[in-house]
Amino acid sequence: MIYFDSASTTKLNKEVLDTYYSLLVKSFANSESLYDAGMEMNTLMEKSRASVASFLHVAPQEVFFTSGASESNSAIIKGIAFANKNKGKHIITTQVEHSSVMNAYHQLEEEFGYEVAYLPVNEEGVVSVEDVKLALRSDTILVSIMYVNNESGAIMPIDEIKKIVKKSNAVFHVDCVQALGKLSIDLKDIDCASFSAHKINGLKGSGLLVKKQHIHMLPLINGGQQEMGLRGGTANAPTNIVWAKTLRLALEHQASAMKKIHELNQLLRNELQKIEGIHFNSSDRAIDTILNFSVSGLTSEVLMNALNAKEICVSAQSTCSSKSKSASHVLLAMGISEEAANRSIRISLCEENTEEEIRFFIQVLKESIKKYGTNRV
Amino acid sequence: MEQIVYNHILVRFGELSTKGKNRNEFIRKLSDNIRQCCSDMPDLRYERTHDRLYIHLNGMDPNPLMDRLKDVFGISSYSLAVKVESDIEAIKKTAYQMSIQSDEDTFKVETRRNDKQFLMISDEVNRAVATVILKNSDKKVDVHHPKLRIQIEIRKECTYIMCWTVKGAQGYPVGVGGKALLLLSGGIDSPVAGYLTMKRGVEIEAVHFASPPYTSNAAKQKVLDLASKISGYQGKIKVHVIPFTEAQLAIYENCDESYAITIMRRMMVRIAERIASANKCLALVTGESVGQVASQTLESMQTINDVTKMPILRPVVTYDKIEIIELAKKIGTYETSILPFEDCCTIFDPKNPVTKPKIERAVKLEEKFDFESLLDECVKNEEVIVVKPVKENKNLF
Repeated sequence: MIYFDSASTTKLNKEVLDTYYSLLVKSFANSESLYDAGMEMNTLMEKSRASVASFLHVAPQEVFFTSGASESNSAIIKGIAFANKNKGKHIITTQVEHSSVMNAYHQLEEEFGYEVAYLPVNEEGVVSVEDVKLALRSDTILVSIMYVNNESGAIMPIDEIKKIVKKSNAVFHVDCVQALGKLSIDLKDIDCASFSAHKINGLKGSGLLVKKQHIHMLPLINGGQQEMGLRGGTANAPTNIVWAKTLRLALEHQASAMKKIHELNQLLRNELQKIEGIHFNSSDRAIDTILNFSVSGLTSEVLMNALNAKEICVSAQSTCSSKSKSASHVLLAMGISEEAANRSIRISLCEENTEEEIRFFIQVLKESIKKYGTNRV
Repeated sequence: MEQIVYNHILVRFGELSTKGKNRNEFIRKLSDNIRQCCSDMPDLRYERTHDRLYIHLNGMDPNPLMDRLKDVFGISSYSLAVKVESDIEAIKKTAYQMSIQSDEDTFKVETRRNDKQFLMISDEVNRAVATVILKNSDKKVDVHHPKLRIQIEIRKECTYIMCWTVKGAQGYPVGVGGKALLLLSGGIDSPVAGYLTMKRGVEIEAVHFASPPYTSNAAKQKVLDLASKISGYQGKIKVHVIPFTEAQLAIYENCDESYAITIMRRMMVRIAERIASANKCLALVTGESVGQVASQTLESMQTINDVTKMPILRPVVTYDKIEIIELAKKIGTYETSILPFEDCCTIFDPKNPVTKPKIERAVKLEEKFDFESLLDECVKNEEVIVVKPVKENKNLF
């Protein structure tokens, strides 16, 4: 199997698996219990939290374990919106966010009377700093902008935007899912951030929410004292404990992995360029892990089926919207026609991919275009 | 008071009673089908008389069985029964116990005296039993609309007493009418057509045309799921999956776009006919309904039908879409049918399909390419999958 879908999820790291397995087998106590076995779990979990915090250069009290980035996004957006409803009901985001962000905002608009500004992006998929500045109002309570777009790979100018948001009263939230382990993330002046473990060879059902201490937020999941009252429910201790190892391994490998992925990306681009009718949707300034392109004469679905028959795994749009029939909202926002968006393919690379895999993919792609493309006759 | 233990299920045969000399064969087939439907319950024992089948439960919980029998065609009705000796005191005792275990406030006793040697006539038994119930409970008799119907069947060797009767699936036992091949597309209509065919006693196999990569594996799985959902009526269904891409590409290269669907259908029927003959199927079955889409006008049907001498059964041909959907919901295929996967008919959706295709024109277009060898390839590369109602769970769950 050739796996070109690492933006969707990744293979579990063996070291993480081994640690997780031994924790599952040996340590089942509730981390909130007061006897030794429980306190031991709690100690391990807090060590993990502290370690994660030090990697992200934030305080341990600013790190919260969640079930994944979708939960983190929902919790931050609704939690901040509800906590600040008396200050204002205006929110700023972009037209290209992940569905967990988009749909949280739609709900705030439709059910709770908030006003949300969805900023456009340019043809590279990047939001303009100037637009953010212009959209800010005295009653803007929240700005949320993703770091790296999951479909186009576009990198947003987060460092510049955060300077502007800092001057306002709004909270700045960044969805860092596709940036973690790929870019160096500086959380200074970012108030809230979301992360996912399974995008960096960690466990599925495991996420992080970073909330700076001065930020007031209402809990999405009410419960007891867990996660400082911000996220109720018995802690998923073994999962949370392996976050530290997952993150450490990812960051340790980041430089070498990105170097290799850059080379693979260049090879892929060069080979694709030689094929007639290929149009790149990802700009060459996009992150190296993601390359989105459209193929003339073949819809995403047909090409994906043809690739699947050769055991090549790719995505069309975000996997979270893969069963929807409508064209990608991200590509449409980038000014790509609906027809071309319906012919898009997203390749997402990881360190384990090889040059041979890329060459084989190119060969299969050429054959599929020749055999099944409607331009073939 | 001791609880009544139901130890039998009494099955009444359906339309078969009218079938003269074929009757025995019908009854044998129905008994076989019932046995097959309960093949995972080895403790059951069966006893057949000329108009009834008695299932001895031997201590088994009757509920799963009562549920399953609903799907066996050829059954008129069936009842949960207690077997007692043919003695009026035993009958009175059991019928009374049965009545007080029910919350219903009105009842009626219906006796059928098979054994004419029995000392009381049916009406006397009715009265005797009703008297016991009336004396010892608050229940009232209502001969026209009783909420509780206590049925007593007196035979020489024993008597069956029952109060829970379920309407059966009717129709004929699957298999008495031979075998047919269903063209199963993945839409709403064809599973319903398959169901109705089985209901008339005709066993089915299914053929499905897959066009990878234009159709996905998920689309094929959907068809197998549909087959699985209707397979309970006959135990299992053999599905022939035909790789149809090459033939379809050839059609689109050689034929006018407006005739593409017509020619494609003609190719499908030709392939289906070959599969049918090889598998002893005597007819083809489709989910076509007159006028639903361009390819289902009478002119289209004539042009498509022209390539085969085999009868094509179209059980839903005069049904409205709403009627078909109602049936699909009843047999549990609707939710699967509406899942959004491409099937090979929607792939090359031509802009202007011909609504009144001519046979001569279709023949002429087909002369432009060697379709026979393409069809040979299709048949040669068929994949045969046998599906059953419930998939086995491995160790994962």
